[in-house]
Amino acid sequence: MEFAELIKTPRVDKVQLHRPFHPTVGGTLCLTGHHLILSSRQDNSEELWLLHSNIDSIEKRFIGSSGTITIKCKDLRIIQLEITGMDECLNIASSIEALSTLDSVTLMYPFFYRPMFEVTEDGWSSFLPEQEFELLTSETEDWRLSDVNQDFSVCQSYPQVVIVPKSIDDESLRKVAAFRQGGRFPVLSYYHRKNGMVMMRSSQPLTGTNGRRCKEDEKLINATLRPGKRGYIIDTRSLNVAQQARAKGGGFEQEAYYPQWRRIHKSIERFNILQESLIKLVEACNDQSHNMDRWLSKLEASNWLGHIKEILTTACLAAQCIDREGASVLVHGSEGMDSTLQVTSLAQIILEPKCRTIRGFEALVEKEWLQAGHPFQQRCAQSAYSNSKQRWEAPTFLLFMDCVWQILRQFPCSFEFNERFLVTLFEHAYASQFGTFLGNNEFERSKLKLKQKTMSLWSWVNQPNELRKFTNPLYEANGLVIWPSVAPQSLLLWEGVFLRWNRSSKYLEDAYKEMIHIIEYNKDLQVRVNALRRQLAELETEDGMLETP
Amino acid sequence: MEHISTPKVENVKLLDRFTNKRPAHGTLYLTATHLIYVDAAAGVRKETWIAHHHIASVEKPPLSTTGCPLIIRCKNFRVAHFVILRERDCHEVYTSLLKLSQPVKYEDLYAFSYNPKSDQDERLMEWKLIDLKMEYMRMGIPNNYWVLSDLNKDFKVCSTYPTCLVVPKEASESTIIGSSKFRSRERFPVLSYYHKDNNAVICRCSQPLSGFSTRCVEDEKMLEIISKANPGSPFMYVVDTRPKLNAMANRAAGKGYENEDNYPNIRFQFIGIENIHVMRGSLQKLLEACELKNPSMSGFLTVLENSGWLRHIKAVMDASVFLAKAVRDENASVLVHCSDGWDRTAQVCSLASILLDPFYRTIKGFMVLIEKEWISLGHKFSQRCHHLEFDPKETSPVFTQFLECVWHLMEQFPSAFEFSEKYLLEIHDHVFSCQFGNFVGNSQKERQELKIFENAHSLWPFLLQRKQELVNPLYISNAYNALQPNTYPFCFKFWCGMYNRFDKGMHPRQSVLDYLLECMNRKATLKASETDMEDKLLGQNTPLGDNRTLTKHFEDVPAMEDLSELISDDVAEGLPAHLSNGSVVNSDVCLKREMAEGPHGTSVNHLPHRDSSDNKALPSTDVSGNGSIITPSP
Repeated sequence: MEFAELIKTPRVDKVQLHRPFHPTVGGTLCLTGHHLILSSRQDNSEELWLLHSNIDSIEKRFIGSSGTITIKCKDLRIIQLEITGMDECLNIASSIEALSTLDSVTLMYPFFYRPMFEVTEDGWSSFLPEQEFELLTSETEDWRLSDVNQDFSVCQSYPQVVIVPKSIDDESLRKVAAFRQGGRFPVLSYYHRKNGMVMMRSSQPLTGTNGRRCKEDEKLINATLRPGKRGYIIDTRSLNVAQQARAKGGGFEQEAYYPQWRRIHKSIERFNILQESLIKLVEACNDQSHNMDRWLSKLEASNWLGHIKEILTTACLAAQCIDREGASVLVHGSEGMDSTLQVTSLAQIILEPKCRTIRGFEALVEKEWLQAGHPFQQRCAQSAYSNSKQRWEAPTFLLFMDCVWQILRQFPCSFEFNERFLVTLFEHAYASQFGTFLGNNEFERSKLKLKQKTMSLWSWVNQPNELRKFTNPLYEANGLVIWPSVAPQSLLLWEGVFLRWNRSSKYLEDAYKEMIHIIEYNKDLQVRVNALRRQLAELETEDGMLETP
Repeated sequence: MEHISTPKVENVKLLDRFTNKRPAHGTLYLTATHLIYVDAAAGVRKETWIAHHHIASVEKPPLSTTGCPLIIRCKNFRVAHFVILRERDCHEVYTSLLKLSQPVKYEDLYAFSYNPKSDQDERLMEWKLIDLKMEYMRMGIPNNYWVLSDLNKDFKVCSTYPTCLVVPKEASESTIIGSSKFRSRERFPVLSYYHKDNNAVICRCSQPLSGFSTRCVEDEKMLEIISKANPGSPFMYVVDTRPKLNAMANRAAGKGYENEDNYPNIRFQFIGIENIHVMRGSLQKLLEACELKNPSMSGFLTVLENSGWLRHIKAVMDASVFLAKAVRDENASVLVHCSDGWDRTAQVCSLASILLDPFYRTIKGFMVLIEKEWISLGHKFSQRCHHLEFDPKETSPVFTQFLECVWHLMEQFPSAFEFSEKYLLEIHDHVFSCQFGNFVGNSQKERQELKIFENAHSLWPFLLQRKQELVNPLYISNAYNALQPNTYPFCFKFWCGMYNRFDKGMHPRQSVLDYLLECMNRKATLKASETDMEDKLLGQNTPLGDNRTLTKHFEDVPAMEDLSELISDDVAEGLPAHLSNGSVVNSDVCLKREMAEGPHGTSVNHLPHRDSSDNKALPSTDVSGNGSIITPSP
């Protein structure tokens, strides 16, 4: 298919662009295969350069012979284009509509994007499971790298290699896979160096109504326990939901077969409930009325912060079991691809200082989300403005980012990255020129040959120039476990995402610049003082040498 | 002190009201001015100071298995939950606190006994720090339109106004007096703020005694003169900050609001800010939200919404924005009133001034503003803050709301204010502590009668001495002229730093503010060090050893030497020795070391040279909540 067929009108002059907190600008609107560009041609700079894939929904409205297209984006921004001429407006609208809803992944921009920067480090090979395993072997010998899933036949949503207990052979793994939904048998998620405890994740066991059991499954997870020690199974579903799952062939680990494990049920929502929550929250944030009660009741009704609280609480629980109780933990919900990953990744942020560095966080996203098979393409197909009926969309990853932001806010000096880094990852998960978040799992990614055909987000982010923008000037490596507060008073609306387009950012940016200025100035000063001190010390020894003879 | 029967109780537990953490174990001391709790746990010595004047209520719930509970709620929103082993001790502390926390006469207030060793002259100098005449001069007054008037010099025209007032030059004595007679409590229109750029002003007064149809020629004349004092605008706004219904109800009592037909060229406007009683009730509900045990998110938000608190905050902010816009964008003068013109009027006039004039966003300017719009123009601090046993219906968090609005502005404009949240909290503490004379009494007249200026100290020099801890490191002076805040509902949020201030577990575990303050301190140290070493390098003849003596200053400065003065003699013996070593951690309002150190107290820490490896003096932050400490490395 040619993009040209979809572009009915490639160019319209005298288009007015309206954005909140920006003066209206007029210019020429151009449509390309992947971008919507508005150029005022004043100083050769483009006023707007928008990826079609960032468009969540469009609306058109006509007054007389001119029309207004309202474009609502996945990054939550809303812009308006005022176009003279009914035909032009209709053409543009239908072209945008078509281009923003291409259903073939291979037509997406990452397959066409050619980087303007020199790739010094290929992000596709920055975070390989093999490297992760190598690090682990320096700590413990109880684990092995299994390639039982080499051809993705055991589990479609797992990567080709996973880390499992050394004592469990591949044959057992196949049996366990058959006992877990989607073949997602328990694998290592995190090894706590401090006390050797581990966190594993999986999907629910397929016990069904008649309480099926699987000896290999029991053996696998027991292999992670020290003699005489108990472990915790954290089921991210409420007991009620877990029980209902039995009717559909799912279920949970029964005490009788897992006597060494204590099961704790939490209740983290998934899918459409979260999607609804996002839609309601964003709707509330875009409400232009000046009614405080309405805002608070909408904020409350969206329950977004309620989800944040529940996810963080569960992550703290998992971290507590490991660090405080000295117990190993298995986390799962149903499929083990959503709430499970939120919990395991946040627990690592809490426990593992490395995950709070830029590279460590990238590795975490890579390992616990991309390789762990969070279906990004499905979840991020639409965002808060979609009109179509949701199928698999859910802001699971955005909730995770929000939780990280909450912890970052509470420990502003403990993270190497800043808020901007999180916002950027959120944006790229929904629309990007990079291939990182395409596909739903490693299997799909390998079929799409993303490594060969697209650029990795990390290749771009990890350039020194870009990294600078994402670095938190307040960062001081902190080797401790950080326990966030989950009291309602401590959890705030993430303004950097949800109010980003509804307020002026000038004053916050001024303050941020001032902060950097203060810190950098001090660093320079310190360098100068150190140099002077050295100089003086040298003089002193010279003097001393002169005096001694 | 006659009220203290048990000055010291041992084996007292202090519970954390939210977590089930092991309670602290320690000793409770009652002094003449404070309740002090010393946590006896090994390791960190932690003291909690609660000023008696801060205590809003003392509650003694039924005995529990662990002992006798005692719950103290403070006006600065601290809630301390003690458990005392013996019932008899508990009862004695309870009855003592009831007496100590409810002084009956002004003379019992701390301000009259607080004596930080300065002589009479120094004390009078303190009071001269803020001079309102200077402030009016700064504004550009006197000028062709406005003059200082001493018409009220003996408080004869209006007993709740100060002696120094600014009125229109054209207004004759008889006009003013006539107008005052037509205004509730004689609070005639006076100038609050003069906008140099365009002659527009904000004036304030109380409601007119118009009833349904009463008129007053002098009052009409007065408004006309005010309007004409701004030739740039053909009209003037008259803003009634009350809800229309309330204002109409007042007409039946012979009060009410201006009829546009009787006053030429005014544009009358209602802005519905609720009255003090609604605000008092709202705060009560807000505090319920703060006290919820293990609330769900939606439980908390529901109580927050039902309290109406943020709605009221937004209303005050909206009104202030209206005023500032009128003055700045429409070049129009505004006359503001509510009922008596000392609550809502004070809120919106002072906030509008902050929006319009960057001076009021400085540490000094903010003092001037509070002194002018609140203290001098007769906000009834003693009644609103319940300093003494007044009618509880007179209590209302009007000033707290004002501080909260300022905090919201600071959140939106993080570089616009010279001071930080700490400054607001410090002022809030002292409004209730009565340690200083500024907020004692309800009007200038009362303060004169109480001889406050002779017998008590002023808060402002005390705060200025501590400037370094109260500044906002991100402040960029002269960066912004007028502020135009966003007042969409989502711009307002619960102020955890105020209402859950003492629940440390809820706050960020690392403070950007403290980090940056330390940066500023280091900067001073490094700069001094740099200059010093450069000098040495230039004149190499100077022996190197000389400057090392400087480091002596760097040793911890002993403080709290005169703490014993705080404590009545009979109690002092019972105090542990380390109370006087400056290790006060949670002190609310106590004689901070700065006062004891004399004038250069605050700067001592920053003068000496510091080795880059020496980070002892850096504040450490408890990060993990498990007692581990990290120290920002130099």
